[in-house]
Amino acid sequence: MVEWTDFERATIADIFSKMQYEVVGPAALARCLIVYPWTQRYFGNFGNLYNAAAISGNPMVAKHGTTILHGLDRAVKNMDDIKATYTELSVLHSEKLHVDPDNFKLLSDCLTIVVAAQLGNDFTGEVQAAFQKFLAVVVSSLGRQYH
Amino acid sequence: MTTLTAKDKDAVRTFWAKVSGKEEDIGTDAVARMLAVYPQTKTYFAHWKDLSPSSPSARKHGITVMKGVADAVSKIDDLKGGLLTLSELHAFTLRVDPANFKILSHCLLVVLSIKFPNDFTPEAHVALDKFLAAVALALAEKYR
Repeated sequence: MVEWTDFERATIADIFSKMQYEVVGPAALARCLIVYPWTQRYFGNFGNLYNAAAISGNPMVAKHGTTILHGLDRAVKNMDDIKATYTELSVLHSEKLHVDPDNFKLLSDCLTIVVAAQLGNDFTGEVQAAFQKFLAVVVSSLGRQYH
Repeated sequence: MTTLTAKDKDAVRTFWAKVSGKEEDIGTDAVARMLAVYPQTKTYFAHWKDLSPSSPSARKHGITVMKGVADAVSKIDDLKGGLLTLSELHAFTLRVDPANFKILSHCLLVVLSIKFPNDFTPEAHVALDKFLAAVALALAEKYR
């Protein structure tokens, strides 16, 4: 089981209580598709992903980015058993979506960078450590049902 | 991985012009974050008296590292040749596992994102990510 300090719990709760889902979600997914273009392989039906401007302005990307970010809410509410929380989602990503689990890390790095820009100097090293630890647990849980 | 296109190099040089003057702050913040977020990196600094992210040793090291990155920008047209000496240092003396270059690169990008929220666009991000990956590759050149 993952041990969380009081600081880590408070930090995660705080970040998500202030989260602008419709800004951060789309920005993080767009950045992932731009910085790591091979991730576009999973979005063949999203229309125009030809360049950074197209990706950033694509409404399907925006909608999906928001969806993904809200997907983290359940982990925020169940920090003591993120593994169980994401069992079904893990199966979905493996069996149905066939997403290479390495991609979860790429998206989580982009999310970290976008949240950093949002929080500015409040995103201290300690806050970054807590946030990245949380994302690492999520990423690990999502990769657990792959066989 | 890949070679840097002319567009990439332009983007890196343009962005770096904005960084000018803030290198020390950026370097110290990046190294501090690396030590805080990836504690396993502290294993390379067991000889420091104070391993805390805000220690004088960490600050000094951040400045050193950043000077290297700035130097790499000026040698962007031939990173392998330009970073030869640094590669030998990292290969034979420091023996830093190259996986750590990725870690420090990520921390650097986080700092740039915080300090330049408007300039660190997705386009700048991809160019800098490619650049730092190329620097890492050049640094690992002499490893084996």
